[in-house]
Amino acid sequence: MNRPEREAAVRRIMDRTPPRVPPDLYADVVRRGARVLRRRRLLRRLVWLTLCAAAVALLVWALTARPWVEPPSQTTPPLTGW
Amino acid sequence: MRQRRQARDTRRAREFEAFVAGAAGRLLHTAALLTGEAPDDTPRARRLLSLALAHTYACWDRLRGDDPYDHARQYLATRFAHGAWHQYGAPGRPPAHPDSALAVLGPQERLILVLRLYEGIAEEQVAALLGLPRERVGTVCDRATATVLHPPRPPAPAVGGAKVAPS
Repeated sequence: MNRPEREAAVRRIMDRTPPRVPPDLYADVVRRGARVLRRRRLLRRLVWLTLCAAAVALLVWALTARPWVEPPSQTTPPLTGW
Repeated sequence: MRQRRQARDTRRAREFEAFVAGAAGRLLHTAALLTGEAPDDTPRARRLLSLALAHTYACWDRLRGDDPYDHARQYLATRFAHGAWHQYGAPGRPPAHPDSALAVLGPQERLILVLRLYEGIAEEQVAALLGLPRERVGTVCDRATATVLHPPRPPAPAVGGAKVAPS
């Protein structure tokens, strides 16, 4: 038996007795798929919400703390009495 | 806006229903061959199939011209591969049912044989899908073919579906 014949024989063995598709498969698939979609949407919203909240928090902090303003020097003592 | 969305949803549901009606039989047969269950009792194959189809449903809008059957089959195979290789030989996993056509093979051999011969995927693609070298896929496929055609001495008398007649 050469290779194509062997492969054809195995295909015939595998083609025997296909299983019956359950009738409620479509409803089950749509239920599961819709759940996956809902979860993804929720996750995406959560991520966006977190990003927006972080951006707003950064803005508020920057406006109140003003980190770009040079702080008054505290190392040199004031020069007095000479 | 809402009307357009509704129209899109109904069209999508119709397309997906047509896809499931056309592909479910063959995919369930593939899944049953993979799990090695008897054709009339396939709980694990059904679970695999509904997971794969649900994933296809969730990705339906992003497929954009890709073959949904291909997508479902790929998900089915990788999902089975993960399950089979993590739990290979675990005590909770029942062995293949003797009524199955591929009962004499292990999970990896079944996976490669089904993808190569039943689904007709090229050797390179199977290798890429499973992350194996191409030569290994060829070797396993040849060995599995030989095992199916000439099964080793059955451990129980119930195994005898694919026995060849003595010449």
